[in-house]
Amino acid sequence: MTGMMIVMIIVALALIGWIVARARATRLGIEAGRLATNSRPSQHGWYVALWTALPALAFLAVWANVMPSLVLDSVLTSPAAQSLPADDFSRGAILSEAGAIASGAQTAAFNPQSMSLVEPYRAAYGRYSTIGAVLAAILAFACGAYAFSRVRPSFTARNRVERVVMWTLLLASLIAIITTAGIVASLLFESLRFFSMVNPLDFLLGLKWSPQSAAMGYGNEDAFGAVPLFWGTIFIGAIIAMIVAIPLGLMSAIYLTQYAKPRTRKWMKPMLEVLAGVPTVVYGYFAALTVAPALRNLAAGIGIPGASSESALAAGLVMGVMIIPFVSSMADDSIAAVPQSMRDGSLAMGATTSETIRRVLIPAALPGVVGGVLLAVSRAIGETMIVVMAAGLAANMTLNPFASVTTVTTQMVQLLTGDQEFDSAKTLAAFALGLVLFIVTLLLNIVALRVVKKYREAYE
Amino acid sequence: MADTATTTNKMTARGVNVFYGEKQAIQNVSIDVDLENVTAFIGPSGCGKSTFLRTLNRMNDTVASARVEGRITLDGEDIYGSAMDVVQLRARVGMVFQKPNPFPKSIYENIAYGPRIHGLASGKADLDQIVEKSLRRAGLWEEVKDRLNDSGTALSGGQQQRLCIGRAIAVEPEVILMDEPCSALDPIATAKIEELILELRGNYAIVIVTHNMQQAARVSQRTAFFHLGRLVEQGPTTEIFTNPRKERTKDYITGRYG
Repeated sequence: MTGMMIVMIIVALALIGWIVARARATRLGIEAGRLATNSRPSQHGWYVALWTALPALAFLAVWANVMPSLVLDSVLTSPAAQSLPADDFSRGAILSEAGAIASGAQTAAFNPQSMSLVEPYRAAYGRYSTIGAVLAAILAFACGAYAFSRVRPSFTARNRVERVVMWTLLLASLIAIITTAGIVASLLFESLRFFSMVNPLDFLLGLKWSPQSAAMGYGNEDAFGAVPLFWGTIFIGAIIAMIVAIPLGLMSAIYLTQYAKPRTRKWMKPMLEVLAGVPTVVYGYFAALTVAPALRNLAAGIGIPGASSESALAAGLVMGVMIIPFVSSMADDSIAAVPQSMRDGSLAMGATTSETIRRVLIPAALPGVVGGVLLAVSRAIGETMIVVMAAGLAANMTLNPFASVTTVTTQMVQLLTGDQEFDSAKTLAAFALGLVLFIVTLLLNIVALRVVKKYREAYE
Repeated sequence: MADTATTTNKMTARGVNVFYGEKQAIQNVSIDVDLENVTAFIGPSGCGKSTFLRTLNRMNDTVASARVEGRITLDGEDIYGSAMDVVQLRARVGMVFQKPNPFPKSIYENIAYGPRIHGLASGKADLDQIVEKSLRRAGLWEEVKDRLNDSGTALSGGQQQRLCIGRAIAVEPEVILMDEPCSALDPIATAKIEELILELRGNYAIVIVTHNMQQAARVSQRTAFFHLGRLVEQGPTTEIFTNPRKERTKDYITGRYG
């Protein structure tokens, strides 16, 4: 019996429960439209249906996770399993192959020994899935019957169904939070393994980054000093990109809110927001193939030393353009949130529009703008594609924007792409970098949201 | 009427029509505002009195759909004429709004705002003096002199409104327009503002829009009654209140509608 079928059976049972409970409620004299009884017949129906379906489905979910190990245990006790090789690797390979053939995912065996295990596998699999299905069906029926026995006029089915709705919604919102917690936990766990190999202080304060030097034969020791990466990230994401994005974003927000006619605003604002929808890999191409060579030629032309075809400036400029819509839309919101009476007050004093903007609107909107900028920074330092394609790999500590620098995200990609073993410091370093990035962006987001919120309260 | 001969007309409006898009908000209004008297605009909600007030310093320019016809002059100069600079006009014709709207800056900076943008002060000491003088005239100096650096928005509603009046005074306007300046205030704060208006009278031509008939009677010497976008009647306040010529004015003043 397939899993899909038992789920359908449970749903069918729930449906039957719904119909029967509704009929019974009606027969007991519970009528729709009478206020003396708490619940309408269909609400009793829902109560029974939920009781029928939810515990059984929950059981199935648990069973699906427990079953593989039960099946494996049973296969290992079969006579055919006695002849399995002792070493874990080939043993595991044979077992998983047999399992795949038994479930139909694979048709031919690579290792003939696995064929002998297919039958025990298939038998155990069939046995346990039948057990699970029967148990689930019994559970559905028992819970449904219990709920059905409670249908009577005084029973508050309506409130109980409401509670289920509440829990469902809560669960939905918890999933995002639990996922985040899971990500943090995995980052933490791998990072701890890394820090057991590399001193955290060396990592956070070290000035030399060359995780592959031992493998490449440059030296006998890998260096994991991440400061050049942090600098590269800040240089590109928080300095160059913001020098582009803050003034342009702010000015376009001011134009759109204060000067643009409604008709202009109507097409210009969506156009600007389209920028935010362009896949970052496209920006990456643009940065690497168009902007970077042009900048190198420019730098070479005016005689700036150390000009590289992959430069901090190219990545930063393009990233700045990418960030403009973020800054602009946050600034737009905060300027629009400044009450019209402020603007009127200033204009009535004989101030021009630009004086009003500079002296009243911007100061009043500043917290919101700052919040927007912080969010933009947090996005910029986590941005990956542009810097992978345009910023380069050399972990330089330089102030020269035409030189190549590397960033946290670029190095994470480098460390994790290709064939990797997951127990070397080199690979685990990526998790430590990820953890740092996560903590920094999290802090930036928290601060930014606080600033914005506080500011919103000031005008409500 | 004798008063047209003895007083100086600061502002004159002749045949003014105001439109918001297709809708006509003001129809053929002609009125004079003089320096010696406080002029009150009264009338039921939506009668156009605030709209008309805002034509006097061209604040309606900020509404994209608004259109003004007719002739309004300040000292004989057409304020909608091409020679008139709207920025200068608003410095000469100040405005106080219905809801106190101090800037989210310090008390000092609120007052200094106008003098700064118009370059009226020649130095820090000069600016300090303007701030003190304006706050004194607005009747707020004694209450705030020790906390000029506190935020203007932290003051009480009545103090905020006096701050806004002080802010308007600081640029030495010739006319002050007040759009229901007391409607958001309690009776005590209202009394203070009214007292202030009486003190300011004579130095500035004052126009006040009000819902409150007692207030119009207390602070104004001339009253204009608006109804449905038209100017129904205007004249000395005492006359309007004791012996209105038009039936509609009488009905409104005696509280039969509005």
